[in-house]
Amino acid sequence: MTQAFHVEVKDLRVTARNARGEAFPIVSDIDFALKRGEVLALIGESGSGKTTIALTLLGHARPGATIAGGSIRVGDADITQLDAKALAQLRGNRIAYIAQSAASAFNPSRTIMDQVVEPALIHDLMLRDKAEAKAVELFRALALPFPDTIGSRYPHQLSGGQLQRLMAAMALITDPELVILDEPTTALDVTTQIEVLRAFKAVVLERGATAIYVSHDLAVVAQMADQIVVLQQGRIREAGAADQVLHRPAGDYTKTLMAAARPAIRPAPMRIDVPAAPLLEIRGVTAGYGRIGKDGLPRVPVLRDINLTIERGGTLGVIGESGSGKSTIARVIAGLLPPATGQVLLDGEPLPPGLKGRSREQFRRVQLVFQNADTALNPAHSVGQILERPLAFYAGLKGNAAHMRVLELMDLIRLPVSLIDRNIGGLSGGQKQRVNLARALAADPQLILCDEVTSALDTVVGAAILDLMADLRRELGIATMFISHDISTVRAICDDILVLYSGTMVEMGPRAAFQSAPFHPYTDLLIGSVPEMRAGWLEESHAGRKPPLIGASGEHPDLCRFLPRCAARVDGLCNVTPPPRHPLGKADGMSSHILCHHGDESLIPS
Amino acid sequence: MAGASTSSGAKAAFVLIGKRLASSLLTLLLVSVTIFVIAQLLPGDAAQEALGQSATVEQVAALRHEMGLDRPAPVRYISWLGGMVSGDPGQSLVANMPVSEVISSRLPNSLLLAALTALVAVPVALAIGIGSAMNRGGRIDRALNITTLSMVAVPEFLVATIAVLIFSVKLRWLPSIALVSDEMSWGDYLRGAAMPILCLSIVVIAQMARMTRAAVIDQMDRPYVEMAVLKGVAPVQVVLKHIMPNAIAPIVNAMALSLSYLLGGAVIVETIFNYPGLASLMVNAVTSRDMPLLQACAMIFCAAYLILMLIADVTAILANPRLRAQ
Repeated sequence: MTQAFHVEVKDLRVTARNARGEAFPIVSDIDFALKRGEVLALIGESGSGKTTIALTLLGHARPGATIAGGSIRVGDADITQLDAKALAQLRGNRIAYIAQSAASAFNPSRTIMDQVVEPALIHDLMLRDKAEAKAVELFRALALPFPDTIGSRYPHQLSGGQLQRLMAAMALITDPELVILDEPTTALDVTTQIEVLRAFKAVVLERGATAIYVSHDLAVVAQMADQIVVLQQGRIREAGAADQVLHRPAGDYTKTLMAAARPAIRPAPMRIDVPAAPLLEIRGVTAGYGRIGKDGLPRVPVLRDINLTIERGGTLGVIGESGSGKSTIARVIAGLLPPATGQVLLDGEPLPPGLKGRSREQFRRVQLVFQNADTALNPAHSVGQILERPLAFYAGLKGNAAHMRVLELMDLIRLPVSLIDRNIGGLSGGQKQRVNLARALAADPQLILCDEVTSALDTVVGAAILDLMADLRRELGIATMFISHDISTVRAICDDILVLYSGTMVEMGPRAAFQSAPFHPYTDLLIGSVPEMRAGWLEESHAGRKPPLIGASGEHPDLCRFLPRCAARVDGLCNVTPPPRHPLGKADGMSSHILCHHGDESLIPS
Repeated sequence: MAGASTSSGAKAAFVLIGKRLASSLLTLLLVSVTIFVIAQLLPGDAAQEALGQSATVEQVAALRHEMGLDRPAPVRYISWLGGMVSGDPGQSLVANMPVSEVISSRLPNSLLLAALTALVAVPVALAIGIGSAMNRGGRIDRALNITTLSMVAVPEFLVATIAVLIFSVKLRWLPSIALVSDEMSWGDYLRGAAMPILCLSIVVIAQMARMTRAAVIDQMDRPYVEMAVLKGVAPVQVVLKHIMPNAIAPIVNAMALSLSYLLGGAVIVETIFNYPGLASLMVNAVTSRDMPLLQACAMIFCAAYLILMLIADVTAILANPRLRAQ
C-alpha cells in the first residue's frame, strides 16, 4: 500500500429531500483521513450527522438521503464510484458495520450462528464448518458465556450486552480492514458497557483493523480513539488528535459538550428542620406481576421490602440497572401497580393501593412524568390543550383563568408563549420534555415522580432540563423522586440516594455518603463503571473484573442478590447467610445503610 | 444446554398447538349449534315443502312425525350431531337419498377447483406482493398497485361475463360452461375449468398480493434489514432469507382468509359456469328447504375455514422462535 492514509474522506456532502422535493444538505464539507490501524471517533449530538457520515463509508445512505458529492476512499476502493453490486462485495467483507442496537439489528427469526457466519458465506470466503469454528473462536475471545453453544440461540434469549458482542463477532468473521462502530454501547447499562468496551478494545482494535467509532459520549471515546472529529448540524466543528480535543479543546462547542458531560452539582435548598411527618413514606412494600401466591409474593416479584421516605421539598434519587425495579417503585406510588404487601403513606395518611380507591385530590398531589415525552403526549394536541386539561380536571379552571395559568406555566418551564398553539409534533425533544414536566406541574402537585426524564435527550439538552428542575424545586418546593440509571446525574442533583439491585435496596443514604468510599460493592461497581474522560481509564478501572471463585450458593431466599457478580464476596459467608442491613460509618450525617456482610474496613479499596 | 432448551421449547410449542386445536374443535361445536338453531328459524319445514300448499294440517303432522321433525329440538340436535360425527348427516329430504351421497358427488369438484385456483393464485400473489414491496414507491409498485386495486374492485360476475365474452364468444378458445364428468380426461377438465379458475384467481390474487406487500413492507424498515444490506446480502436474498421468516405468519394468515373464500364463496362463479360444486348445491338446499343438506354443507364450509385458520396459526407458532423455542 503506497498511500499514506488508509481511509480518506474529502468534501463529503449528503443531501435529503424536504416535503416539496427540494434537496437540502444534512452533512457537508466533511474531510478526514486516517492511517491503517487508527481509530477515528465521530462525536456529536443527535442530528449532527455522525451516523450519516459513518454509513457513507459503506456506500449507504438511509432512505430519502443521497450521497451528493465528495469522495470516499477506503484502501484502493473509491466508494462513491462503485455500483450496487461492487458495494455489496465490499460490505460485510472488507468493511464491516456494528449497529447501535444489537437487539433490533439481529433478525429475530434466525439463530445467532446463522447470522454471524452469513457474511463469510455470501462472500464465499470460507465453508460453513470453518466459518462456524472461527465464530466460536471469536465468541471465546469476546468473553461470551457458553461459546460452543451460544450460536444455536435466538436473539430474544440473549441480553443486550451479549448481542452487542455477538454483533462484533459477526463484523470480524471476515477479518475486515475497516470496522464502523455506530454507538455500540449507548443502549447498555454502564456496568455492561464497561465489559463490552473491554471486549471491543481487546478484539476489534487489537486486530489492526482501522475503525470509525460513532458516539455522543466523550468519555467512551477517550478510551478508544486516536483522532476525534466533533460534529454539529452536519458540519465539522473541531478535529484533531484525541488527546488535544479532550484536554485542550479549541472550539466553544466542544467545551459545551465537555461541560454537559460532567454534571454540575446543583445545590439543594437548605432544608428547614420541621418536625413534621415526611411527605411520602413507603413501608415494607413488596410488589410484582402475576398472581399472588401462598407465600404472599407475586409470581414475578420485582420489588422486595422497600422502605423509604421523601421529605417535603426533598429529592430522592433512585438508581439501578435496567430491570432493577426502579420504575416499578414509581408505578406503586402512583397507584398503577398495587403492592402485594406494605403501605404507601402520603402526609401520614395511607394511600389506597390501586387507582380505584384514590380520590381526585390524592391524584393531584402525586404526578408522574414519563420517560418518553414522544409517547406520553398526544402528538395531535397543542401545547395549550395539553396544559389546560389538568387545569380543568383538578382545579376546575376554564377560559381566561386557565389561559393565565398556562402562561404562568410556560414561563415556569422557560418556553416562549408563542409555542402555546403549536402541536406537540412540531416541538424538539427538549421542548417536549419541558411540556411533559409542565403538564405534571399544572396539577400543582406536592410530589413529582420523574422516570428517566433526561435519558432520551442529548447531554446538552438533558443538562438544561436538570437545571430547570433544580430551579423549580427552589421556586415551588415540590418534592421529587428522580429515577435514573446514571449515577453521576443522581449524585449531582439529589439530597438522598437509593441504590436498587434486582428489586432490593442495597444502599440508601444522603448524597454526601456517595461522594467517597466505602460503598456497597454494587454501588462501587456502578460508580467505577462510569467512564472517565482520559485515555487509559478502561485499562486501570477495576470495575467489571471477574469476581473471586466461591462455592455453590445455599437455598436461603434472602441471600444477597448481588452475589453472582460481587467482587467482594466471601466464601462460606455470602453464599450461606443472608446479609444484614447496617449503617456504614463515615462522618456524622453522612452514613448510608447498606445490605451487606462487609463493614467499613473491608470495603475501602486497597 | 442448547439441546435441552430446544426440546423443552418443542414441548411448549406442542402444548400451544394442542390448545389451538382444542379451541378449533370447540368453535366447530358452537358453530354446529348456531347452524342448527338458524336452520330452525327458517320459515316452513321440509314436510310442508314436500306436501305443498294443498296439504291438510293432519297430513303435514303425520309426515313430520314420520320424518322425526316433531321431536324436541335438543334431541334432534344430538341425533344430527351424532350422525355428522359418524359420517351420516341424514337423508336429503328433496333428493330422497343420503346427504353423504349428494355431497360426495359435489365435494371433490369443489376441492379440485379450490386446489387448482390456490395453485395458480398463491405463487402469483407472492410474486406480485414481494415484487411491489421491493420496488416500493417505484413505477412497478404503482402499476401493480393499480392493477390489484382494480382487481379487488371489479365484481366477479363482471369478470366472469367479460371472460366468457372474450374467450368463448370472440376467440372461441374455451367452453362457456364447465361440464364435469367422471370419464373426462385431465385436458378436457382443465379446458372446462380454466375460466372458473381464472375468475376465482383474480379475486383472491388481489387480496393476497396486497396483504403480502403490506407484511413485507412492515418488515423492511426494521434495523435488521439495514444490517443485512450492510453485510452485503443481495436484495432478493434479503427478502427471502431475512424478511420472509418474519413476514410469513401474517402472509399465511391473509392467504388462509382468502383461500377460505374458494369453497363457500365460489357460488357466483359456479352458477355462471354451471360448475357442479358445493356452493351452488347449498344454495339449492336453501331454496328447497332441504335442511339436512343445508346443515351439512354449512358444517363443511365452517370446518374448511377453521382448518385453514388452524394451519395459519400453527405456521405462526412454528415461525416464531419465541413461541417455538423458549
